Amino acid sequence: MNSRSLQTTIIFLVVGGILALSLGGFFGSASRQFNSVLIDIQTWFSSRFTGLQDFITAPRDIVSLRNRNAELETQVSQLQAQVIELQQRVNETEILAALVDFSRSNPESTYKAAAVIGRDPSPFLHYIIINRGSNDDIRRGMPVVTNQGLVGRVDAVIADAARVQLITDPASSVNVYLQNAETSAVAFGSVTGDISLDMISQNSTVESGDLILTSGLGGGYPSDLIIGQVVTIRSLEFELFQQATVQPAVDFTRLEIVLVITNFRPVDITPLEPLPSP
Amino acid sequence: MRNLIAYPLLGLAVIFQSAIISQVKLISGYADLPLMILAVWALQDRVKSAWHWAAVTCVMVGFVSSMPWPVVAAGYLGVVYFAQILQRRVWQAPLLAVFSVIFLGTLFIHLLSFAVLRVSGTPFAFDDVIGLITLPSLLLNMLFSIPIYALVRDLARWVYPFEEYE
Repeated sequence: MNSRSLQTTIIFLVVGGILALSLGGFFGSASRQFNSVLIDIQTWFSSRFTGLQDFITAPRDIVSLRNRNAELETQVSQLQAQVIELQQRVNETEILAALVDFSRSNPESTYKAAAVIGRDPSPFLHYIIINRGSNDDIRRGMPVVTNQGLVGRVDAVIADAARVQLITDPASSVNVYLQNAETSAVAFGSVTGDISLDMISQNSTVESGDLILTSGLGGGYPSDLIIGQVVTIRSLEFELFQQATVQPAVDFTRLEIVLVITNFRPVDITPLEPLPSP
Repeated sequence: MRNLIAYPLLGLAVIFQSAIISQVKLISGYADLPLMILAVWALQDRVKSAWHWAAVTCVMVGFVSSMPWPVVAAGYLGVVYFAQILQRRVWQAPLLAVFSVIFLGTLFIHLLSFAVLRVSGTPFAFDDVIGLITLPSLLLNMLFSIPIYALVRDLARWVYPFEEYE
């Protein structure tokens, strides 16, 4: 080994030793400053390299990201459709569960569930159309209910559909009794879809909140079906009867599934009604 | 043969009316899609089948609705009658004619419905019917008549092409 190469080797060893000692923290603050300079330099190079790498590979990534984004958007739209469908099923299931509870708590009647598929095209009439008809043993006059209370009765039937007159129809009248007042009355529908009570005896004490149930008189409806609650009472001394407005138990604007009571046969009392004297 | 489009079109209109439009209420009134289609169709100068369309509408609406069928029949045939009269007089302003026919037709059908239901024993108050049903329905019919006019006019041009008409 000649003197020059020996000198080079020694220089390398010295510098290497100083570096090793410096990195090992043996030089105190001088070592930390040296380290921080090194780290700053490395950081600078690293960030520049990362930037360069991003610049070179970015177009490819954008294309792949766009494709991936499109795939994910497709998946999201599919999942949203599924969520909507499942929400509809959940709503339907909740309604059906409530109706099943109602039918279990009223085992004396037999029920047939039907979906509401339309309403009368005329704004003068409050009728709904259901998807069960004579093929499902639905007959004219059968009462229609929900778990909340009375909805109406079947007015016309075809093979796979039926038309139901709601108790809010202006031509509808239902014989009822007020549970707390223990008096009978008649519930009438109206143009606006509100229900009002009439024919309440002046001797009865009616209060706001009194529960209204079908009385079964007249044979058109079974007894003890809930109609609603009294909201306001109008009592004038010179009138024969008191009147009241009713808060219906059923939300008639959101009817989706109803139950038809199939073991009830309405009684036609028309022949028993007295004829008007000439 | 193209006139047979009346059956699916009016069938869909009645289904649409029963399932959707009857639930879009303004107070207690709602639009009458079959009436609007019929009125605009009858006002098209090339159309020769308005009475047939009216008959089809009467049968379909009469089948779905609980309204006595003479009211439905007289109402929709009356709309075509109004349209035929106005078509000859205000033919240069078709949209004005559409508004006029729909206005008159709605009033006619509602007054007829009110009269017949009242006579048959339904307790209606005239003020309630006008304020809660007829005026809101008129407003909705007027609003919806503009897009219906554009659609039915294009349909009439397809059913009765200009060359064939000439």
